[in-house]
Amino acid sequence: MTTANKEVNTIASQGYKYGFVTDIEADVAPRGLNEDTVRWISAKKSEPDFMLQWRLKAFRYWEKLLQGQETPSWANVHYPPIDYQNMIYYSAPKTKEKLESLDQVDPELLRTYEKLGIPLEEQKRLAGVAVDAIFDSVSIATTFREELAKHGIVFCPFSEALQEHPELVQKYLGSVVPYSDNFYAALNAAVFSDGSFCYIPKGVRCPLELTTYFRINTAETGQFERTLIIADEGSYVSYLEGCSAPMRDENQLHAAVVELITHDNAEIKYSTIQNWYPGNEEGKGGIYNFVTKRGKCQGKNSKISWTQVETGSAITWKYPSVILQGDNSVGEFYSVALTKGYQQADTGTKMTHIGKNTRSKIISKAISAGHGNNTYRGLVKVMPKADNARNFTQCDSLLIGDQCGAHTTPYVEVRNSTAQLEHEAFTSRVDEDMLFYCNQRGLSTEDAQSLIINGFCKEVFQKLPFEFAVEATRLLELNLEGAVG
Amino acid sequence: MLEIRNLYASVGEVEILKGINLKVKAGEVHALMGPNGSGKSTLAFVLAGKPGYVATSGKVTYQGEDLLGMKPEDRARAGVFLSFQHPVEVPGVRLDQFLRAGFNAIHKSKGLEELDPLKFDRMLRQRVKVVGIDPALTKRSVNDGFSGGEKKRNEVLQMAVLEPTLAILDEPDSGLDVDALRTVAQGINQLRSPEKAILLVTHYQRILNYVIPDFVHVLVDGRIVKSGGKELALEIEAEGYEKFEQPQEEAIQSPG
Ligand SMILES: Nc1ncnc2c1ncn2[C@@H]1O[C@H](COP(=O)(O)OP(=O)(O)O)[C@@H](O)[C@H]1O
Ligand SMILES: [Mg+2]
Repeated sequence: MTTANKEVNTIASQGYKYGFVTDIEADVAPRGLNEDTVRWISAKKSEPDFMLQWRLKAFRYWEKLLQGQETPSWANVHYPPIDYQNMIYYSAPKTKEKLESLDQVDPELLRTYEKLGIPLEEQKRLAGVAVDAIFDSVSIATTFREELAKHGIVFCPFSEALQEHPELVQKYLGSVVPYSDNFYAALNAAVFSDGSFCYIPKGVRCPLELTTYFRINTAETGQFERTLIIADEGSYVSYLEGCSAPMRDENQLHAAVVELITHDNAEIKYSTIQNWYPGNEEGKGGIYNFVTKRGKCQGKNSKISWTQVETGSAITWKYPSVILQGDNSVGEFYSVALTKGYQQADTGTKMTHIGKNTRSKIISKAISAGHGNNTYRGLVKVMPKADNARNFTQCDSLLIGDQCGAHTTPYVEVRNSTAQLEHEAFTSRVDEDMLFYCNQRGLSTEDAQSLIINGFCKEVFQKLPFEFAVEATRLLELNLEGAVG
Repeated sequence: MLEIRNLYASVGEVEILKGINLKVKAGEVHALMGPNGSGKSTLAFVLAGKPGYVATSGKVTYQGEDLLGMKPEDRARAGVFLSFQHPVEVPGVRLDQFLRAGFNAIHKSKGLEELDPLKFDRMLRQRVKVVGIDPALTKRSVNDGFSGGEKKRNEVLQMAVLEPTLAILDEPDSGLDVDALRTVAQGINQLRSPEKAILLVTHYQRILNYVIPDFVHVLVDGRIVKSGGKELALEIEAEGYEKFEQPQEEAIQSPG
């Protein structure tokens, strides 16, 4: 093997920097899953009855799918069957009954978030960012509550929303992703333990970036969180989630559901920086990230925009989608997905055009290194009444080295002849020749990588809130550089 | 400045350079001529450190240092520039940003001032004029969709920006019309100075009408079979390479 090839390959073995474990006492549900587990979780949270009933329906539906072996199998990912009875569905750090302020949060937890670079203490926060921190199954801290309350904005843990705004939860929960949507959505509906809830009232432009930070800590625990964001008429919110987990040899399951709803003239911008533990160099361990994310542009002239930077997880299975129901509504999907080592990603989006003059835009950038395997799967669907629907899709792949793969499967389903769809795609390979050319101009292989990758991703990075664009760039660099062999 | 002693090199299992001897002093321009497949590009790649081009024996010193022991980027930073016969496309990376990154990496290693985008842009625009390249090209991805001529001019532009001490130019003239050839030659002549040296690799004599070499070497089958002054190029022009293709014992022995 030549040197550059060796460099290209060692890129894949760059260490994971967030892999530590926090030593903290946890309140853990009995291993395994049955109706009692579901009741146990619901009781733990003192949930209203409608919630328990919904969970139980979801659980029974999920069990039926499991028995019928109707687990999703169409995605281009490979993993051994998951033993759902050998998993823990709820784990919460033991704390006092109710936290009144950050001072009551276990300092060990605060230190955890500090190590991850997420300041929870408000005086140290990033300018203009409110954070909800989810540790294993529960939310441990939400910052800037009062500031947000002044604008009538609700931003709180899901469990708290169930206590304080049950009518809002009941109205919207499952309205975009019903529990019967798919196997993991059903599982999530049955056992989800927490997540973030957000409601932006009419005409309010949320003055802060809202952020949820997810952390899996306990071993053999699944994380099932649920996020629900509602933007009422004429409102705007930009929301970001980040995630990480300790390094462990076993695989851990993360099956989240995110639902977004925009009313007339409202806009939600939802950004994700996903950095779950991807497993080691041989492909052992890592998070299975099976996520259902969907937004509904319910009102006219509304807009939902997904931006994701997916660098972690052993397996990612994720298709943030938009239902364009309101006339003139707009859906966007900007994605960077990186797979290295033995990571697998099957990701993409679904744009369903229902209203008139609806527009969608898909920019997907897939980067594969090492033995990484990256699949883009997209569906653009134009329904009969969606006159003048427009879609632009671009899916590009960047291959680093010669052992990785990228696959593109764009589907279209058009039932209205006025639709206009455009599709572009290109693939480029970062090979020895390219790196040598850069070296010859004075660039180290690391700098060359970084330049090539940033160039490749710039259309997506531009869509991230500024603070996070910087973080995303750094994350990709951490993940792909250090190739000095 | 550059001294190549009895250099043997292989690509894969195949030995391509079979005992090259060459001495280049500061201020000199050496033309290296030879038929296709004689090993000209291989020599250029070995000097620049391309992976896969392995020196199996012999020695190369550059400014008193062991060149073959250096990483490719360190050679570049030490002032060795290679103009590629086939420039490589780097999709997604804008030429001006690419060049600034290279320029700053070189300057940083020398403890010289790194330029911010504004200052760099000013300098770049001035060099662009010298090379006669369309300024819009600097805002496009490196070599991506460039015509053959644009790629060649771009190599010369990069040389003008990076200001190397030793420029190895691998067929900068191939595929160019006369106008392009003239501007490329002009760009090369701009670099000539008492402190710098040029190794100009070419198949045809044509460019040597514009870039007058101090020495001409004929490379055949991995060996320099004859060295001489600029008149040697005219001899090749008139008679072709055939007469050199039988090994000439004498010529093999004499270093250039
Ligand atoms: N990467 C390579 N792999 C295999 N053979 C090569 C490679 N590069 C050059 N060669 C061989 O080495 C010989 C010299 O090639 P080259 O140095 O490109 O010659 P020139 O530049 O003089 O035309 C040729 O026979 C060519 O086929
Ligand atoms: Mg050649």
